[in-house]
Amino acid sequence: MATTLSSIQAPVSTICASSQRPHCPTGTQSLLFVSKPSNYTIFAKTSYSFKPSKIRPITAPRATPSSSPPTTFHGQCYVLGDNIDTDQIIPAEHLTLVPSKPDEYKKLGSFAFSGLPTSLYPIPFIQPGTDSTQYPIIIAGANFGCGSSREHAPVALGAAGVRAVVAESYARIFFRNSVATGEVYPIELEHEGVNKQCTTGDIVTVDLERNVFINHTKGKEFVLKPIGDAGPVIDAGGIFAYARKTGMISSVV
Amino acid sequence: MATTVVPPHAAFFGAKKEIGARSSFSPSISAHRCRKHFLNKVLAVMAPAQPSRAPATTGSVKHGMTMTEKILAKSSDKSKLEPGENIWVNIDVLMTHDVCGPGTIGIFKKEFGKNAKVWDREKIVIIPDHYIFTSDERANRNVDIIRDFALEQNIKYFYDIKDLSNFKVNPDYKGVCHVALAQEGHCRPGEVLLGTDSHTCNAGAFGQFATGIGNTDAGFVMGTGKLLLKVPPTMRFVLDGEMPHYLLAKDLILQIIGEITVAGATYKSMEFVGSTVESLNMEERMTLCNMVVEAGGKNGVVPPDETTFKYLEGKTSVNYEPVYSDESAKFISEYRFDVSKLEPVVAKPHSPDNRALARECKDVKIDRVYIGSCTGGKTEDFMAAAKVFLASGKKVKVPTFLVPATQKVWIDLYSLPVPGSGGKTCSQIFEEAGCDTPASPSCGACLGGPRDTYARMNEPMVCVSTTNRNFPGRMGHKEGQIYLASPYTAAASALTGYVTDPREFLP
Repeated sequence: MATTLSSIQAPVSTICASSQRPHCPTGTQSLLFVSKPSNYTIFAKTSYSFKPSKIRPITAPRATPSSSPPTTFHGQCYVLGDNIDTDQIIPAEHLTLVPSKPDEYKKLGSFAFSGLPTSLYPIPFIQPGTDSTQYPIIIAGANFGCGSSREHAPVALGAAGVRAVVAESYARIFFRNSVATGEVYPIELEHEGVNKQCTTGDIVTVDLERNVFINHTKGKEFVLKPIGDAGPVIDAGGIFAYARKTGMISSVV
Repeated sequence: MATTVVPPHAAFFGAKKEIGARSSFSPSISAHRCRKHFLNKVLAVMAPAQPSRAPATTGSVKHGMTMTEKILAKSSDKSKLEPGENIWVNIDVLMTHDVCGPGTIGIFKKEFGKNAKVWDREKIVIIPDHYIFTSDERANRNVDIIRDFALEQNIKYFYDIKDLSNFKVNPDYKGVCHVALAQEGHCRPGEVLLGTDSHTCNAGAFGQFATGIGNTDAGFVMGTGKLLLKVPPTMRFVLDGEMPHYLLAKDLILQIIGEITVAGATYKSMEFVGSTVESLNMEERMTLCNMVVEAGGKNGVVPPDETTFKYLEGKTSVNYEPVYSDESAKFISEYRFDVSKLEPVVAKPHSPDNRALARECKDVKIDRVYIGSCTGGKTEDFMAAAKVFLASGKKVKVPTFLVPATQKVWIDLYSLPVPGSGGKTCSQIFEEAGCDTPASPSCGACLGGPRDTYARMNEPMVCVSTTNRNFPGRMGHKEGQIYLASPYTAAASALTGYVTDPREFLP
C-alpha cells in the first residue's frame, strides 16, 4: 500500500483539531486541511478531487516483522453500528477466494463490506468500479466481527486498504485473526457511543502512543484502551514472528 | 457451586444470577417480563479484594479448576492455571475444510517451507463440506487443493469427494465437518480440538475443549501441533427440570443466547450441567454446544457420562481421559433454568439473540423452511421434524428444504423407522408431507454460498431455519429474513405457512 503520500511522515499532532473541510459538492470531494501557516503540515498542502483511482489513504506504512510497528493511523473513517458480523464484512459467496493467493487476496478486498444492507449504509465502502477503499479507518460499536471464524474477514479489510478498526468491543475470533494476520489493527475504545459521534468521511487520527482517537472533523478526542495481551504478538509481527522470537519455533526456513 | 472470593489479580467476579427466582431454592422461569425484573435483582456477591500474598503464606490450598481449565492445564503440561493466562497448548486434533483449508495450507507452506511436513499426519482431519455441489470453478478447485495436500502429506483422515453428480458413489465423503468429526470418532473427552470453523465448539458436547480458529493459527498448528491460547473463565448454565415434549436443545440454547446476548459469553467458556442436560442424547448436546459461538463464547462443555461413552463405543480406539469440574472450581457467573417452564422460541431477524416465543410470532407469514446444517441437520433433528409431520398428517404449505448433514444422516433418513409411525422412515414421512427430497449432504445454504447452492435465498423472502445465524444476508440475499428455530418449530411452521409453535401439532 506504499504511496508517495504515505511515505511522508508528518507529525500528526500538528494538525489542528479545528481544521475545517470545505463543503463538498455532490460528486466531488476535496481533502483540504485549513490551519494556521505555522502548523501547516505536508498533509495540509494536499488537495485532490474525488476520483476513486487517485485516492490514497494517508497512513503510516504497514508493519513488517523487521520494522517497528506503526504508532499512528490517519485518514477518513467509515462508521458502523453494533454487531457487524463476518457475513456483512465478507459475504460467504466470496469465500472461494483463497487469501494466500495474491490475486485472490486483492479480489477479496474488492468485496469488503459488500454485505452491509444499503438501507442502513447508503455510502458504499468501496466505490463501484474500484477495488480498494478510501476509508483506512473503521469506527464501530460493540462486538465487531462476530459470527464466523473466517480469516477472510480481516484479510478482506486489509486487502481493501483498512489499516485500523476502532471499536467498542470485538468478537474474539475476529480479534485473534486480526492480530495473527497483522492485516488490521484491532483497537478498543475506552467508552461507549463513540461511533454515534462520528460520521462516515470524518478525518480521524488513531494515536497508539498516546492511546487517543481524534476526530478532526468533529473536533473531538476519545480515549483508547491499551492494546493489552495482544501487544507482544502484534509488535513481533504476528503469531509466527512471535513464536520465533520467543523460541517456540526455530527461525525462518 | 460458585465461590465468591475474588483472587487478587483476577479481573472477574463470581456472581450468581437467579433467573426468575423467588427463593434461592426454587429457581424458575415464568414470563419474559418476570425474567427481566429478576435480572435487575441480580444477586452479585463480591468479597473485597484480597491482599496479594502467595498461597504458602496464607496456608490456603489451590482452588479447584473448571472442566475447561483442567483440559487446558493437562494439554499444556501445567498442574494448574488461572483464567486470563496465555499458555502454549498441545493440540490433539486439527480440522479444516474446503473453504479455509487452501488458505491454511498456503500459510503453512509459506511459513514452514514448501517441503515442510505437518506435525502429525494422524491428527489432522480434512473434511470438504461447505461448497461442494456447485459448478463454481473456484469452489471445485479448492477441493482439489486440499486433496493434493492430503496426498502429499499422506493425511490419514481426508474425506474426499470426486464425483459431484452423485454423492453416494464417493465412499470416503462424509459431509458437514462437525457432525462428521463426531460420527467418525474424532471427538473425545478431555482432548483439545481446533477447527477452521466457528462451530467447532460443537464438539464440546463430548467434554473436550473445542474452538474455532482462523487460517493463520491453523497454519501454525499444522506445523507445530501447538497454539498460544488464553484460558477463558467459565460461565455455568444449570438446566434442571423435565424436558417438555415440545422442546428441543435448540430451544434451550436460543433461550440462553436471548438471555445473555450475542456478546454475553465473549472470551468465556460455557459449561452446561443439570438434570436436563444429562437427559439429552449426544446429538442434542451437540446442538447446545454448537451455538456457543453465537453468544460470543470461546468453547462449550458438557460433562461426559454414560451417554458419551456409549456413543463413542466402536467409533474410536484412542484412549481418552474424561475430566470434570472440581467442587471448588470458580465460575464467573451461574445461570439456572427450570426447563419445565420454558416454551418454544425463535430468534427473529437479524440476530441470534433476538429471541421471541414462537407463539408470539404466529402472524409472521413465511416463504420457506430449511432443515439442515451442523446445528439442525442431524438424524435426531430430522426425526423430530418427522414427528411433527406425522402428528399432523397434512402437507406443507411452503417449500420445505431438507439437507442432511452427512452421508450417515442421509442413510438414517431412508432406513430408520420413526417411532409411532408404524415402521415408516423419515424420508417416507417427508415425501407424504410434500417436502423437497432430502438433498446431497453438505453445509448447503446455511451460509448462502455460491449462487447455484441448493436452497440458497436469492430473493428477499422469509425463512424459518434450523441453522445457526440469521445476520443480514446469511442465507444469500441481504434483505432475506431468517427465523432461527428448532426442528419441531420449523416443521410446524412449514405446515401452516406461518411461524408456528409446535404445540399446535404435537399431542
